[in-house]
Amino acid sequence: MNVLNNFIYYIGSFGLIFIGLYIICVKRNLIKVIIGLSILNTGINLFLITIGYVESGTAPIFSGESIEFPRMVDPVPQALVLTAIVIGVAILALALSLAIRLYQHYGTLNLQKIREQRW
Amino acid sequence: MRKIISIVLLSIIAIGIILSIAEIPFGKPKMKVGKYYIDKGVKDTGATNIITSVVVNYRGFDTLGEVTVLFIAAVGVGAVLVTAEKKQKERVTEKASLVLSTGCRFLFPLILLLGAYIFVNGHLTPGGGFQGGAVIASAFLLFYMGCRWKRINKIKAQALESLGGLVFIITGLLGLIIGNYFMMNFLPKGIPNQLFSAGIIPVIYIALGCKVGSELAGVIDNMIEESE
Repeated sequence: MNVLNNFIYYIGSFGLIFIGLYIICVKRNLIKVIIGLSILNTGINLFLITIGYVESGTAPIFSGESIEFPRMVDPVPQALVLTAIVIGVAILALALSLAIRLYQHYGTLNLQKIREQRW
Repeated sequence: MRKIISIVLLSIIAIGIILSIAEIPFGKPKMKVGKYYIDKGVKDTGATNIITSVVVNYRGFDTLGEVTVLFIAAVGVGAVLVTAEKKQKERVTEKASLVLSTGCRFLFPLILLLGAYIFVNGHLTPGGGFQGGAVIASAFLLFYMGCRWKRINKIKAQALESLGGLVFIITGLLGLIIGNYFMMNFLPKGIPNQLFSAGIIPVIYIALGCKVGSELAGVIDNMIEESE
């Protein structure tokens, strides 16, 4: 129980990462692969935030009149994830537009039926 | 067969990761760079939101690269979806329901206002240019869903996007001219926790908000145009 208490966030984020990887490896529908990519992205973001967590820490924002040094979480992973989320959205849009083009060209989203794309 | 191979491969990776992650204590303070930012961030940059000071000031050059990646992705969406000959197929689109078409007109300016609030106050409260830009793009998505016959002015959106990028780069270059390095904070830092403080950070975040908002709105526009 103690292990679960300490590592629940790691377990959750790696659960998402492995679900995403499994979908990317196994599924044949291109839309499902893109959904897997998105889940993988979310898991990695969650993992980075988890690494920077400090117990009973607040967000690294000084609010109020007095500016002192309370207990704060690490700001570096948060800044990294902030940019990673936006990049993730851009990559999702690019992948979806490629999927639209592939569907128009081949008439299917099944990766095994698309030429030169089988494993 | 494929499933079995994948599961075996993933479980091998999982065991390796579990063995290495078990060494990292959860919730213990283990920051080195982050501690410097928290200790000195407000004094160095004048922004009370430390994440903003990291994104825009300390690591501003990386943010410029990130904005470039976003720009390339948006251009890529446009380039992939562009159709050589516009097929004038009269596809009948279902009209939006009364709730959506009325609600989008009512909510559109309010969502724009919220987005502008988020990126103007990026150095004081949670938020910033990227988040505010995403909120503004969501307003355009709602608008497209509710009023399907309307389109944004693409040339104006592209002009706003280019202007945002230019302001970002010129502010950085001015720092190089006035001071010693790219993106030096040359404006007065002011009193922390006030709207007009933190030097160039609000300027850059407003430019980023306009840029990201118009960029993502352009992506939405491209995809909706393609689906019709």
